[in-house]
Amino acid sequence: MANVLTDKEGKKRYLVSFTINGDEHQGLVKANTLFVNFIRDELDLTGTKRGCELGDCGSCTVLMEGKPVNACLLLAVEADGHSFTTIEGLATTNKLDLVQEKFIEYGAFQCGYCAPGMILSAKALLNSNPKPTEHEVREAISGNLCRCTGYVNVVKAILAASGQEVEH
Amino acid sequence: MSIKHQMSIEGNDLRLDFDKEYTQIGKSVPRIDGVEKATGAGKYAGDLKFPNMLYGKILYSPHAHAKILSIDTSEAEKIPGVKAVLTSKDVPDMKYGISPARWDENIFCIDKARYVGDKIAGVACIDEETCYKAMKAIKVEYEVLPTVLDYRHAMDEGMPLVHDNYPRNINTEIHQDFGDVEQAFKDAYHVREDVFTGTRAYQNPIERHSNVCIWKDDKLTIYPSSQSPHYFQYYVAREFGLKMGQVRIVLPLIGGGFGGKLEPSGLEFVGSVLSKVTGRPVMMSYDRLEMFQHNRGRHQGTYRIKTGVDKNGKILGCHTYFLLDGGAYTGLGIATAYYSGALLPLTYEFDNYKFDGYRIATNLPACGAHRGHGAPQPKYAFESHLDNIAKDLGIDPLDIRLINARKPNTTTVNGFGIQSCELTACLDRIAELSDWREKKKKGLPQGRGIGIATGSFVSGAGYPIYRNDWPSASCMIRVNEDGTSATLYSMSADLGQGSSTILCQMAAEAMGYKYENMKIVCGDTETAPLDFGAYASRQTLFSGWAAKRAGEKIKKDILETAAFMMGLPNEDMDLDCVDGVIFSKSRPKVKVTTFEEAAARYFKLKGPLVGTGVYTVHRTGGYHKGAPVGTSPAYSFGVQAAEMEVDEETGKLTCLNFWDVHDCGQVINPTLVKGQIHGALYMGIGESIFEQVQFDDKGKIVNGSMGGYLMPTALDMPSNVINETVESYEPVAPWGVKECGEGSTNPTMGAFRNAIADAVGANVTSLPLNPEHVWRAIQEKKAKDKK
Repeated sequence: MANVLTDKEGKKRYLVSFTINGDEHQGLVKANTLFVNFIRDELDLTGTKRGCELGDCGSCTVLMEGKPVNACLLLAVEADGHSFTTIEGLATTNKLDLVQEKFIEYGAFQCGYCAPGMILSAKALLNSNPKPTEHEVREAISGNLCRCTGYVNVVKAILAASGQEVEH
Repeated sequence: MSIKHQMSIEGNDLRLDFDKEYTQIGKSVPRIDGVEKATGAGKYAGDLKFPNMLYGKILYSPHAHAKILSIDTSEAEKIPGVKAVLTSKDVPDMKYGISPARWDENIFCIDKARYVGDKIAGVACIDEETCYKAMKAIKVEYEVLPTVLDYRHAMDEGMPLVHDNYPRNINTEIHQDFGDVEQAFKDAYHVREDVFTGTRAYQNPIERHSNVCIWKDDKLTIYPSSQSPHYFQYYVAREFGLKMGQVRIVLPLIGGGFGGKLEPSGLEFVGSVLSKVTGRPVMMSYDRLEMFQHNRGRHQGTYRIKTGVDKNGKILGCHTYFLLDGGAYTGLGIATAYYSGALLPLTYEFDNYKFDGYRIATNLPACGAHRGHGAPQPKYAFESHLDNIAKDLGIDPLDIRLINARKPNTTTVNGFGIQSCELTACLDRIAELSDWREKKKKGLPQGRGIGIATGSFVSGAGYPIYRNDWPSASCMIRVNEDGTSATLYSMSADLGQGSSTILCQMAAEAMGYKYENMKIVCGDTETAPLDFGAYASRQTLFSGWAAKRAGEKIKKDILETAAFMMGLPNEDMDLDCVDGVIFSKSRPKVKVTTFEEAAARYFKLKGPLVGTGVYTVHRTGGYHKGAPVGTSPAYSFGVQAAEMEVDEETGKLTCLNFWDVHDCGQVINPTLVKGQIHGALYMGIGESIFEQVQFDDKGKIVNGSMGGYLMPTALDMPSNVINETVESYEPVAPWGVKECGEGSTNPTMGAFRNAIADAVGANVTSLPLNPEHVWRAIQEKKAKDKK
């Protein structure tokens, strides 16, 4: 359990620590601080987007221990002790992840607002299922809403990233 | 660019054969913002942060129609962290909207609130949490008034008025009459009338409306989520009595708009004043429900259509009567109302047309310009109606469309000039792709149906969004000193559709340069010259002309410099520059030079190498009332077909196959064009089968969330989507381009409805085509068959 500090009005603050993209971070958060707001506001990791803040749209998808979660449904205190990957952690210096490359090549995003979450959901799928079927791809991204692409090129990009041959 | 062309005479026709050799356009280059979007590095308005920044929110009315008796902000002001509280007395009271006769919206409500969500007060605080506390502490005393929620009865005697100056709640009334419809009906072999109904849909971009406003001294800077930085600049300056030069709009990345971010949302006005009074940057945003309440989405309507045809199905005349639910304010809705009837004569040729339209004011969120602006629901109604006529006459739905299809170089009955039009080629191609004839001949298995529908759309509006006599688009290109890059400065807006990419492709082609060396500054009013932004599918044609002309000026300067460097005369136009290489066309042995070298030399000799380009639309359209709406230099055409399976017990729908064939002129970037078409038909599919903003009996939205307002997920989309473009060249456009982003939304609902009607043999008339509506149509048909 995280360390607790109490201010003069009796409100509690919790000392949390977690690993994001390999870096260790600590923060003093309120009980109701959302993880998405903490990483965006305090750590400036704004690649994680806020779309609905109700867990419906998937824009704020991050990987928690490699699994996709909606960062708007996760409290910062719940994140304590865990390890995360956000979109900023996917590419290494000067080298995009294959999923990112294929998303660009296949035109899998337009406005790009859903792209970070969509790419991370795809990444999580391919980590656990390196050769998914089209239906499995659709299932894996069904929690990530995109208003631009009709998902046509998203599905193609993910299949292509899994090494399967896909027409442009 | 270089085009090899050859004139030849075939029979009596003079033919011009093109052999295109483009190096920068016609190619799926990766989008210019691809890496920043894929890595999360790109900043949208809500991602911005400025030192000392405050957060602002707008308190909205919980009542659909209520007099504001008093507002007490004193308790809110006492809360620590609250830096400013504003009500209507603190902001200008000038009304705004698209057309002066219907400026009817205020920054904050003055006398009464007209829908749940109407703007009452604004707060600026040190964080969002404090904003919510402050809004809760503002005491507003309302006198709740009777409401107008059903647009179909809003004109009735004794109904309350939403605005005193719209008698019988009629916001806009349109009567257009071309030819002699009554005579056409008398001459007709068959006359049929149908009524269809639509629903309210909402654009629902994934990015929420946000902006940061910074008002320092006499200068106001706004970073909004906007489709038209110029329109925002104009409107904000007008509202606050500033000169346009005092207002700077800078676009960050835009997370989708689809028409919903074209007009000011209120956030920029409120944020500006909050920034002025606090002296600090203010971040404003709507949450998802507030976005639904601000709305400006699709008008729902009742569409009555009467058409007379000869015995072959040739349309002789058509009379449309549309009733649209406009909501509480006009916004862009007057244009929607005109568009709804004006665009109908595009796809089919007929000489007699009458359009009666009413846009009705109600105590619901205002509707506006939603992808396909005004056209998709009327088009759904007309395409459904046409299938009913075909069925009456025993004609194949494909044939009735072929008989009536628009031909190139024609003028519509309401005065729109069409040059390129490959509608017939689109129909022929989709028949092949879908195996239409064979399926019609052999018949489909029980519960399956196939449907077809056409569509057309403007490639940019012939008249600007507000009255002015400026050029339609302009831009500027500056080549970097050493020639290794060039920047295009354009006030276009890339909402995701990829305009920044294709404009850079076009500029590079015109310059004889390389796309990968292009940079773009788009949507900054302080650095880029005027362009009206992203609406009415205008940027490829309009902004494209400006980019092409600016590029050609650069190329002229480059070639002149190169001629000097190479010791050759330039007068005979012998030099050319393609893909960054400058060469002599007639003297292949002359050593080539490069764009880079020539550009560097130019800078040393003459200073910055800058080229500007401008485009003004030619005079379009007729002279009747409302004639400007629907005019365009060029029109796209498209056809879609759907094969559906319907479970007759439950009304459950499955789309097995979907085809789209589009005439969008020449294609600059095939991947981006396909993406636009996918997205347009995706929105069409959503609106066909799911999407509907729903209200309770007090006018409150009950499904204002991503979970409540159903949009198709990846699992809901048909996995078999085939789309193609046909060969087409638009003579009035740069490199023959036309639109593709909105037109493909037009046929979708009709194609779905016609496939469903074909599957179940019932006249399905109400959107959305969800299991309930389909099941009810089946039951009605069964009851009728029994009789």
